[in-house]
Amino acid sequence: MAGILGKKIGMTSTFGADGRSIACTLIQAGPCVVTQVKTEEKDGYIAFQLGYGEAKLKNTTQPLQGHFKKAGTTPKRKLAEFGGFLKDFKLGDTITASDLFAEGDKVSVIGTSKGRGFQGVVKRHNFSGVGGATHGQHNRLRHGGSNGACSFPARTFPGMRMAGRMGNDRVKVSNLKVIKILPEQNLILVSGSVPGANNSFVAIEK
Amino acid sequence: MLNELLAHFKEDTEAYAKIRASVPEFNVGDTVNVHVKIVEGAKQRIQQYQGVVMQRKGTSSNGETFTVRKVSNGIGVERVFPILSPTIEKIELISRGKVRRARIYYQRERFGKASRIKEKLS
Repeated sequence: MAGILGKKIGMTSTFGADGRSIACTLIQAGPCVVTQVKTEEKDGYIAFQLGYGEAKLKNTTQPLQGHFKKAGTTPKRKLAEFGGFLKDFKLGDTITASDLFAEGDKVSVIGTSKGRGFQGVVKRHNFSGVGGATHGQHNRLRHGGSNGACSFPARTFPGMRMAGRMGNDRVKVSNLKVIKILPEQNLILVSGSVPGANNSFVAIEK
Repeated sequence: MLNELLAHFKEDTEAYAKIRASVPEFNVGDTVNVHVKIVEGAKQRIQQYQGVVMQRKGTSSNGETFTVRKVSNGIGVERVFPILSPTIEKIELISRGKVRRARIYYQRERFGKASRIKEKLS
């Protein structure tokens, strides 16, 4: 899908046409530079690799430095591939938010959710815990209950939901409406919330 | 950073500043008359809603709201309005009330004579 890379700035609210308050997220989308063009002949599919965010030269590996040099740009922090563009771009072209999106469009936003650390099943999988606090229970209020049966199958099935690391996952939120676009500042305002912390990288897809 | 970039949404910020300038200074305990736009099908009309301001919330942000309480046919009604809401035609200050609290929730338990608020004379 056609898309662009950006940075989550933060949340605010605005009023819709009917006077309802809409919670919305401000995203700095682009400008992105085409760092590689994938073609049918060479790669078997058509896509564009986009780069976003300035990186220091000393923090860029030499192979990547060559890659950016080929595209004629400065080193970028984030690279990602998008296909399905309606327009054609050349190596080194700049893509901005207004090239892709219009006000009123529905978009998907992909980001990395905030890391929650090691969490129990109640928070991580919405378990309700074991029963109540009374009737002799004293030490298993937020436990998950049984992990499986006894001598048959004599093992815990894979995929059993248990405590563990939560968050820091790739999360995609779809059907967010583009409320406003400011081409000069490369800002777009989308309805609803977007995964990740402020200043984290996000991808916006159409 | 958020606020800096938000300032770029000039139309909004300008419109909001205009609304803020047009809103009279009112506080908790004051009696206000809120003119609310109501859309019925294709028609639009103004409804007046008069009552006592119970609280003002989030006063420094664009999400600021205020709660107005009135007793309608013996039933207490509270409505929350965003101060920058485009559905508000205007806010009229009817009288100033003298209260000692920022949130006058105690009004909910009072009716009739007991719910009177002393008028502040400036």
